[in-house]
Amino acid sequence: MGATAVRVLRQVRHDPRTVGLVVVVPSVLVALMAWVYSGTDVFDRVGAPMLALFPFTVMFLVTSLTTLRERQSGTLERLLTTPLRRHELIGGYALAFGLLAAVQAVVATTVAQLVGLDVAGPWWALLGVAVLISVLGTALGLLASAFATTELQAVQFMPAFVLPQLLLCGLLRPREDLPAGLRELSSLLPLSHAVDAVTVIAVQPDVGRDLLEPVLVVLGFTVAALVAGSLTLRRRTP
Amino acid sequence: MVKDAAVELVDVSVVRGGYRAVDGVSLRVATGTVVGLLGPSGSGKSTLIRAVVGVQQHVRGRVTVLGRPAGSPALRRRVGYVTQGAGIYPDLTVRQNLQYAAAAAGLPRRDVRGAVDRTRVDVDLAERADSLTGRLSGGQRSRVCLGAALLPQPDLLVLDEPTVGLDPVLRRDLWQLFHRLAASGRTLLVSSHVMDEADRCDDLVLLRDGRVVAQDTPAGLRRATGTDDVEAAFLHLVGAV
Repeated sequence: MGATAVRVLRQVRHDPRTVGLVVVVPSVLVALMAWVYSGTDVFDRVGAPMLALFPFTVMFLVTSLTTLRERQSGTLERLLTTPLRRHELIGGYALAFGLLAAVQAVVATTVAQLVGLDVAGPWWALLGVAVLISVLGTALGLLASAFATTELQAVQFMPAFVLPQLLLCGLLRPREDLPAGLRELSSLLPLSHAVDAVTVIAVQPDVGRDLLEPVLVVLGFTVAALVAGSLTLRRRTP
Repeated sequence: MVKDAAVELVDVSVVRGGYRAVDGVSLRVATGTVVGLLGPSGSGKSTLIRAVVGVQQHVRGRVTVLGRPAGSPALRRRVGYVTQGAGIYPDLTVRQNLQYAAAAAGLPRRDVRGAVDRTRVDVDLAERADSLTGRLSGGQRSRVCLGAALLPQPDLLVLDEPTVGLDPVLRRDLWQLFHRLAASGRTLLVSSHVMDEADRCDDLVLLRDGRVVAQDTPAGLRRATGTDDVEAAFLHLVGAV
């Protein structure tokens, strides 16, 4: 697992532009958001969920494209003839991108604080949850790449996969106010729980148990996506 | 003397995308030889090779590799595979690619450095170790692919068109390397659509439309068909002359 993580990070290091985009874009978006809503209290409400949403989206996209490339370039086919285990490969990817996600989360959270985001709960909790959500994006991206055969499709997965979750996650309209049916649907989607976790931190000074539940659900989705992703790596292909 | 077979196929067929890419192929590759799998593109070479390394789905018939069914977990340490075209990471340096190949092959960490250094020399890339693989020429990239497969010192090397796009000097060097490996007891199955590489093989399998047209030594093939080179022999065998 370690060897694959090192390899992926070395690849990323040779692509400084991607690193820049991954680290900088969410922070810029958060700052832009603060500016857009300056003079209102909207940013205090949506700022924290944005810290969940942007990294989730960016990591989903980066991961699904990178792993798609691996599937298509023949490197995966060769790797699957070696003793390397599939969970080592998937785990290595999750580890490497998780690290990248952590850097991104630190920067984005710091910027959010600088541009005046006020949260009731502790900052370390927000940071931890932001990292967790990025890793969720990574895990779902790994899984999604199995269903794309071209990069064009992989990019299309982003609106197909992420935007509906955005509409239903409680950011636009609180989840309890959603029409029946959508409310139930929203609780089946991982991003809803991610936003729940962030909202708890944003409004409650003492997070404790209320945070634990959504965090565990997000963790569950992450593990499930990683396991499902490694099952999609077939040694024999048509 | 009949040598042990490193690879043996008995009545192997593969249906791929609705057509028979490989159709009733039986062949054997003797241990310690370089065997060329020759045929025009679309003749089923890559599919056959994928069946041997155990990544091809829907293989009918029997494929035995080093005494075990193709694709057995135990073979993953003993078979090296060079895929057509790629198989390495363009955004890693040569050294980093080889290091990862060593890790994937399950080499103990203390052996990695030695194996990487040895392989760099084997594939004549000692000077380019820290170049980004994607910036190398096509021929150099092929040698990185080869190095990645060679590095764990597999008993069987399966190479799908490893010499495509290489200059003649390099091609000769690679074939010399193949024969050195065979002399040390390894077995190589090499596919090519370039008929003039046939004379460099110990044994040839000519493939067309998924079927074996002939399996013989280059000399035997010329004798049997009364021709001067393998290309002419191929034409003779498929009745095109």
